[in-house]
Amino acid sequence: MKRVNAVIVGAGAAGGIVAKELATAGLNVVLLERGKWYTANDCRKDDLRNQRTTVLGNAFGPEDEGNPRVWVDLQGAPHIALPSEGAYQNNAACVGGGTLSYGAQAWRYMPQDFRMRSTYGAPQGSSLEDWPISYDDLEPFYEKAEYEIGISGDYSGTPFHGLRRRALPMAPLPPNREFGILEPAARRLGLHPFHIPMARNSVPYNGRGPCMRCRWCVGFACEVDAKNGSQNTVIPIALNTGNCELRTECMAKEILTDDRGRARGVSYFDSTGHLQEQLADIVVVSGCATESARLLLNSKSRLFPAGLGNRSDQVGRNLQGHHYTGAVGFFDFETYDDVGPGASIAISDYNHGTPGLCGGGMLANEFIRLPIHMVDRLPANTPRWGAGHKQAMRDFHKRTIVIMGPTQQIPTAEGRMTVDESVRDKWGLPVVRFSGNVHPHTFEIGQVQATRAEAWLKEAGAISTSLMAGKPQLVSASQHQAGTCRMGNDPKVSVVNRNCQIHDVDNVFVIDSSVHVTNGGFNPVLTIMAVAYLASEALVRNWKGTGFRS
Amino acid sequence: MQSSKLGARVTRRQFVAAGALGSAALAIGCAAHEQWSWDFLSNAQARTLKAICDQIIPADDFPSASQAGVLTYIDRQLTRHYGRYRDAYRQGLEQAHTLSIKRFGRELDVLTPLQQLQAVSDIEQHDRTFFNLVLVHTMEGYYGSPRHGGNRDGVSWRMLGLADPPVLGRAQYSLTSEPGT
Repeated sequence: MKRVNAVIVGAGAAGGIVAKELATAGLNVVLLERGKWYTANDCRKDDLRNQRTTVLGNAFGPEDEGNPRVWVDLQGAPHIALPSEGAYQNNAACVGGGTLSYGAQAWRYMPQDFRMRSTYGAPQGSSLEDWPISYDDLEPFYEKAEYEIGISGDYSGTPFHGLRRRALPMAPLPPNREFGILEPAARRLGLHPFHIPMARNSVPYNGRGPCMRCRWCVGFACEVDAKNGSQNTVIPIALNTGNCELRTECMAKEILTDDRGRARGVSYFDSTGHLQEQLADIVVVSGCATESARLLLNSKSRLFPAGLGNRSDQVGRNLQGHHYTGAVGFFDFETYDDVGPGASIAISDYNHGTPGLCGGGMLANEFIRLPIHMVDRLPANTPRWGAGHKQAMRDFHKRTIVIMGPTQQIPTAEGRMTVDESVRDKWGLPVVRFSGNVHPHTFEIGQVQATRAEAWLKEAGAISTSLMAGKPQLVSASQHQAGTCRMGNDPKVSVVNRNCQIHDVDNVFVIDSSVHVTNGGFNPVLTIMAVAYLASEALVRNWKGTGFRS
Repeated sequence: MQSSKLGARVTRRQFVAAGALGSAALAIGCAAHEQWSWDFLSNAQARTLKAICDQIIPADDFPSASQAGVLTYIDRQLTRHYGRYRDAYRQGLEQAHTLSIKRFGRELDVLTPLQQLQAVSDIEQHDRTFFNLVLVHTMEGYYGSPRHGGNRDGVSWRMLGLADPPVLGRAQYSLTSEPGT
C-alpha cells in the first residue's frame, strides 16, 4: 500500500475538515472511516430507528451487534451497554459522523468559556482549567467554519457573545410559532432572545437548496440535503482535489510506531475484515472523544506501554458532554406548528455571571417533536396508559413547549474512560469503559437552569409545567462528548499542545472534541470545526514538503 | 366506528361501556384483513397480548392498539431487535393468562371490558417489569413509524393532527417500504 503524507482516522466534523485542508494544501491523504456513507434514504422517517431515538437501533451506526462498551456504576459494578442504549454514550459512526444526522446548532463558545478556571476558580474535586488558546485565537477559524460549512442565524439580539468580524453568511429561517410565543415573554423578563445559529441552509448556499422545514430533522439525514455537515461540504472538496482517498468501513486498530518512538502509520481492519497497514508521515486521530482516546490507549508498544500520548496517564480523563436540564410547559392554546427544524430561539443570558454558579448554559426551545417523544412527557397527573393517556396525547402534543439547554460541565479527573481488556468488539479490540460521575456542582447549575426554563414558559402563558432535571448516575458524554485528550501547555496534565499535536510524539495529532479543555454551555460542533481549521493551518504551516517537523 | 358517537372526550367508564358494544363489530371487521398468523407468538399468546395492548391504548374515535397493528409490531420485533425479550414475553403472557383464570375463571381475551381493565391493572401491580415492557412497546408500535407494522397508515399521526406527508410534494421516500427499495 502506497505510503502517504497523512492518514486521518475518522471522517466526522473534524476529520473532514483536516482532510480538506491538507488535501487542498497538496498533501496526499487517506481518510479512514469505520462506518458507511449514508443518505436520507437509509433512514426514512423512522421514529424508532434514527440517531436520536434508537429504540430499534442506530440508523447511522454503530450497530448493536459486535460493538459493546462497559460502564461502571457508582457502586463499582461493570455493565455492558449496547450502542442503542443511553449508557453507551453514542455518537454516529458514518461519513460525516454526527454532522449527518445532528440538529445542527452551530454555536460559537463565549470568551469566558476558554478561561473557566481564571473566571471562577476550580471547584473542589474538579479539574477545571483554562484553554491554552483564547476566543480571539479561534475567532478567525469560527468565521471560516461558518462560511465554509454554511451557517444561518442571527446573533444580533444578544449582547453576551464575543466580538465577530463578519455576520453569519445566511439569515435565519423564518420564525416558527414557538418563536413568536417565547420571544416577547423573554423580553418581558428582561432577557435577550435571538435566532439560533444553525448549519442549515435558509437560502440556497454552496450549490444546495434551503430547508423544506419538515418534521424529520434532528436524528435524521436531510432528505433535501439542506443540513450542512462535513459529508456534503468539506469531504467532497477534499475528494475533488485528487489528493484524498476515503476508505469507508475501515476500523483503525492501532497507531504504529517505530523504535525511535515516531508514528509510522495506522493498522486497520478493512471492509472485508483483513488487517491492513497504511504508512504515513503523520497520523491524525479524529474519531470523537471516546474513540480517539480508545485508539491511543489501544496503541501500546514497548516505548508506550500505557498507550500513545498517555505517559502522564491523562488520556481518557476529564470526559465531558453536557448536562441537559429544562422544563416542559403545557398551554391551553396551540403552540406547536410541526415546522422543522423546531428549535428556533435561544438566550445566552445565563451562560455566565450568576453569583455562586460556576458557569451555566444557553437555553433554547427543543427540536422537532416526534409523537413517540410525548408519550412520557405529558402533565404529571396523566395516567400512564388507557383512554386518559390517549386523550392527553391529543390534548397536549400541540400544546406543549419544551425549553432546555446544555449546562456546561465541570470536568473531573475521575469522570473518565479507559479501555476494558476483558471485553472486545467484533474486531477483537478492547472497548471503551466509562467510570465516575458528573461533578455535583454541575447538577446544582442544572437545577437552576431548569427553574429558569420554567419561569420563561410560565411568562409565555404555560398553565402548568414540569421540570426536567435528572441526576444521571454516570459520567456524561454522548453526542457532545469531549475532553479526553486535553489541550494544554503542560505535558503532565494535558495530552496535546495548542496545535493539537500530542506531547509524546511529534507526528501524531488529535483533532476533534477530545482536545476541548471545557465544553462551553453550547452544542460543540462549531468549536470542533474551528479547532480543526486552526490545527490544520498550523500543520500545513509546519509541513516541510517531505515530512513534518515541529 | 361505533365509539365515535361519544365525541372526542370519553371517560374511561364511558369507554368501557362503549367497548362492549364495539368489540363484536370490530372482531368481524378485523378478521377480514388481519392475518392471524405470527412470526413468534402463538395464537393463544396473541389473544392475551391483544387484550393487554387494547387496554393500554383502547379504541375511541381512533383505533385501539391492536387495530393499528401494534401486535404485528411487537411480534415482528420479537424476531428481530427485541429477540432478547422473548422469554419475558413467554413468561409474562403465561402469568397474565394464569391470573385471568384464577381471578375470573376465563381467559383474558373473553372477559368483559371491565374485567379486562381490572385484570390488566392487576398485571401492572403484580408483574410490573413485564407490564412496563408491554407498555413501552405498545406506545412504540402505536406512535412510531408505520414501517415496522404498527401505526397503520400513520393513524396516530393523523390523530395528533400532524400533516402526512409533512410537506406536500417534497417527500421523496415512502413511509413503509424497506431501505433500498
